[in-house]
Amino acid sequence: MNSLYVICGLGLISLIAELANFKKQLIPIFIVGILAAIGLAVMDWGTSLHYFSDMAIFDNVALSFSILICATAAFWFLIANDYFHTETHITDQAALVIFVMAGGVIMASFNNMAMLFLGIEILSLSLYALAGSRKLNLFSNEAAFKYFLMGSFATGFLLMGIALVYGATGQFHLDKIAASIAAQPELPGFFYAGVILIIVGMAFKISAVPFHFWAPDVYEGAPTLITSLMATVVKTAAFAAFFRMVWYCFPAVEQTWLLPLQVITVATLVLANVTAVFQSKVKRMLAYSSVGHAGYILLALTTGGTSSAGTIFFYLAAYSAATLIAFAILNRLELATNFAEGSFNGLFKKSPFLAVAMTVSLLSMAGIPPLAGFFGKYLVFVQAISQGYVGLVVVAVITSLIGVYYYFGVIISMFFKEPAGGEIQVSSGLKLILSLLVLVLLAMGILPDLFLPL
Amino acid sequence: MKTAQGIPLDYYIWLSAALFTIGVLGVLYRRNAIIIFMCIELMLNAVNLLLVAFSNYYNDAAGQVFVFFIMAVAAAEVAVGLAILIMMYRNTKTTDINILNRLKW
Repeated sequence: MNSLYVICGLGLISLIAELANFKKQLIPIFIVGILAAIGLAVMDWGTSLHYFSDMAIFDNVALSFSILICATAAFWFLIANDYFHTETHITDQAALVIFVMAGGVIMASFNNMAMLFLGIEILSLSLYALAGSRKLNLFSNEAAFKYFLMGSFATGFLLMGIALVYGATGQFHLDKIAASIAAQPELPGFFYAGVILIIVGMAFKISAVPFHFWAPDVYEGAPTLITSLMATVVKTAAFAAFFRMVWYCFPAVEQTWLLPLQVITVATLVLANVTAVFQSKVKRMLAYSSVGHAGYILLALTTGGTSSAGTIFFYLAAYSAATLIAFAILNRLELATNFAEGSFNGLFKKSPFLAVAMTVSLLSMAGIPPLAGFFGKYLVFVQAISQGYVGLVVVAVITSLIGVYYYFGVIISMFFKEPAGGEIQVSSGLKLILSLLVLVLLAMGILPDLFLPL
Repeated sequence: MKTAQGIPLDYYIWLSAALFTIGVLGVLYRRNAIIIFMCIELMLNAVNLLLVAFSNYYNDAAGQVFVFFIMAVAAAEVAVGLAILIMMYRNTKTTDINILNRLKW
């Protein structure tokens, strides 16, 4: 909870930075503040404190996802350092990013439907504005509008579901809803409709097939660094919220939502990975691959029960680190080539460092040992098999092989195609951050036991 | 018979389900961005109606407080949405969403 106060304080500091004229020091202040927030979250470990008459509970699951959100955002700010020097209204944008984090922490810790709703809205409203932050760019406009439309549409479904569940149980608190479900021998039919509507609303937020159609468009149209924020911090928060929702609130009515969710999982895995093969733009390919990764995390979510939090956490951490590297490099290339197509061709000759970092990131996403992505997938599959879902695992293994194919397409074009344009200079700061993220991926792959606190 | 304010509870559920469906269909079929906004508001207000009815039925204020949350957030959402719409209108001179076809595969 204290970390949430710190994050909100940082947002306010950012808003007054323009007036008080300390824009230049903003990023260092953020890094210190976010590290403080992580420290406060670590100090709360194991306490499981309740706040606002049980509306938010900071148990270990909430804390670990909060820490992941904060750590990802800290890396994001370091990568975005250059971005904040080229764009206008940087303090407002930085404040919006901080509020995205605040919304994410609320989504990871809610125990009341009102908190879930507010968390989602704090996160989404900031992101709508960020997606459209290039006001004169039509792609950015379109991304913002589509994101807004789909986001509020999904919120409508979620709220209808919450209202129907409230009608059946008379409660908004997750634990009390679960108790009320257990106490009632026969629930009215609209309760089940409500559960399904909530699942649909959340599936929109995590961009699972068939509710994914907005994701590639929005990911492609938004400024690249904002896309990396959506693909990492927002996805982490949405999965944390999804996990809490289904396993804290509706475990008793598993038979209603588990089968639809497994169908969604298979559809997400197959459709996203197959579509990604046919993409010509790397940014759009990464968007589809991010939808595909949502499928693997859903597989962990549907097969593991309450114990799946550790697996989801590990997979999300590995995925976030790899995605941050990929989008940071994509952003650097876009700046160097003025957003030209096919800029990955011959990258190894233009900048060996970027090419190697990108290769590590893509190999991790493809699930090649000894990188973190391999252990993420391995944990998910082992968990699913131990629960007897062999069929789902077979599908997931086949789709991850498809994934290897399209990730290697990019790697091959980086190493073996002829480059266009001159060398790309990489600032030492970016080099340091990317090396750090690569080290995280290697460390998580070689010593996965260190990163399994749950 | 479950009732709220003397009216059967089922009536409220059917009314808000109907309003909600009209909103959903509006979002899916209308091509004008402002009408789509109005349809989203209709969806949210169907939820509000349902929450108030249930709140009355259970004699529980939590449902009505939730309605306040929804109203406040919906206002904020529309503010952001209209800002995005104006930004789009400045660049394209139209509010027809068929213009939004630059991003596809």
